[in-house]
Amino acid sequence: MPVIVARDLTKVYGDNRAVDGIDFEIARGESFGLLGPNGAGKSTTMRMIGGTLQRTGGSMLVAGLDPAERGPEVRAHLGVVPQQDNLDEELSVRDNLIMYGRYFGLPYSYLRAKADELLEFAQLTDRGKAKVGSLSGGMKRRLTIARSLVNEPKVLLLDEPTTGLDPQARHVLWDRLFRLKEVGVTLVVTTHFMDEAEQLCDRLVVIDRGRIMAEGTPRQLIRQHSTREVLELRFGADRNAAVVAQVEDIGSRIEVLPDRVLIYTDDGEGALEAVTTRGLSPVTSLVRRSSLEDVFLRLTGRSLID
Amino acid sequence: MAEVTRGAEPFAALYGRNARAVIERGFKVIRHQNWAVMVSGFFEPVFYLLAMGLGLGGLVGDVTGPDGQPISYAAFIAPALLATSAMNGAIYDSTWNVFFKLRFARLYQAMLQTSLGPMDVALGEIFMALFRGFLYAVGFMVVMLVMGLVVSPWAVLMIPVALLIAVGFASVGMAVTSYLKSFQQMDVVQVVMLPMFLFSATLFPIDVFPTAIQWFVQAMPLWHGVELMRDLAVGHLDVATAGHALYFVVMSVLGVWFTASRLRALFLR
Repeated sequence: MPVIVARDLTKVYGDNRAVDGIDFEIARGESFGLLGPNGAGKSTTMRMIGGTLQRTGGSMLVAGLDPAERGPEVRAHLGVVPQQDNLDEELSVRDNLIMYGRYFGLPYSYLRAKADELLEFAQLTDRGKAKVGSLSGGMKRRLTIARSLVNEPKVLLLDEPTTGLDPQARHVLWDRLFRLKEVGVTLVVTTHFMDEAEQLCDRLVVIDRGRIMAEGTPRQLIRQHSTREVLELRFGADRNAAVVAQVEDIGSRIEVLPDRVLIYTDDGEGALEAVTTRGLSPVTSLVRRSSLEDVFLRLTGRSLID
Repeated sequence: MAEVTRGAEPFAALYGRNARAVIERGFKVIRHQNWAVMVSGFFEPVFYLLAMGLGLGGLVGDVTGPDGQPISYAAFIAPALLATSAMNGAIYDSTWNVFFKLRFARLYQAMLQTSLGPMDVALGEIFMALFRGFLYAVGFMVVMLVMGLVVSPWAVLMIPVALLIAVGFASVGMAVTSYLKSFQQMDVVQVVMLPMFLFSATLFPIDVFPTAIQWFVQAMPLWHGVELMRDLAVGHLDVATAGHALYFVVMSVLGVWFTASRLRALFLR
């Protein structure tokens, strides 16, 4: 029995169809991703799951309840990590956890111990009395995630959890999310980072302009929509387009981006050899495995991060 | 199926029965800081009373009170200043403050991620605004007492009446905020409030206006607040006093209904 079911979900702002009739099901304990560029409709979808945004059409059930009809009850089961931190700047770090628990109607006797546990989880034990404003971006993000766990949610909604963090802070966060996954929390993650989607998601949908373009595990999506390897060539900004004619037939497909040429092939090294035997000398060349970025490029003709 | 749940639990989408938690948060914040903000709200009407009542009052001398007896100019404007301060506090809390917490601090966004609903947030915030108004009203009464401006035991009712005025303005103010999209539009609120303060017979009697303008002033809520306070200050109660109170009861009922119908537009956008 899926924990979240959306059917023909639609949100229209004026004449903009932000979410344009999407369907998905998320199983209990699953880690589900919504991958797409900014403005694809990911956050809008997340807010409709929590019932904090009214949908225009379609249906939605979370733990068997309609969030538009029973918002407070539905959210009792949810942990929400919004795209922008909305910590309470007027309270201390620890009080942020405790007051948030009070909003769920939880008793102080439970919350005092829980706050200590969550401070440890967020590696903020020594900052409990500090004001939120004094925390770094990574610390705030960890606190926001810790806060979302205060009601021991069945489902955690993470909207762009690591945007704006440095690489080290991202890895710390991913580690925390893996631990939650291990204990059976259902994760719903939106991201425009393909590596994040590959790291965190068992299954994902690729969204663009409010519509689902593809669905599957990261591996399935790559297999279906891309080749095993990719050869990336840089000839310099003005030459990239000019050499395309000479390498067009090498791989099974070719993409020309402003800064590089991508040749899709199952044998990257072989393709690179073919390029050099034709007398072409790229400034740099790289053979790598296909990623979700390539899937997205294939499906939409655009890159994820503009 | 959806229709059945809607019929059975009309408030299930909007109310989590936990406005108390919003109030707890308000008191926690007051305890830890915000004293500067609290105190400034108290001093504003006191400064007006000192400058106008004592300063200008020396030039004006005595004026005619609600019961036809002469009273000092300070005693004439003090009840009006209390009514105005109740109005200003309520409007500030229900427009600027709500808008700021909604758009910039994203405090309500965080609250609404939990099992709180918009109704809990609105009730909790209105309660906090009233609590603040209560403190100001008590403070102002003490100042009036010290200045010898309280001459009737009825004057103690000015405190609950200040809260009634605040509920009327706050409930309408919150509904109006649901239509606002930017701080620039907030200025329009100011354009309404300032003339209402200056021309609602606060600083001079209403009979200086031509009849047509008097009717207009008498339609405005603040005029009723001012007259109600003035009657209580000297203990001159009649049918008109009850009428002024009724005006605010009706305004509050309509305002609460209006705000309740705008909760989705206000918070779930």
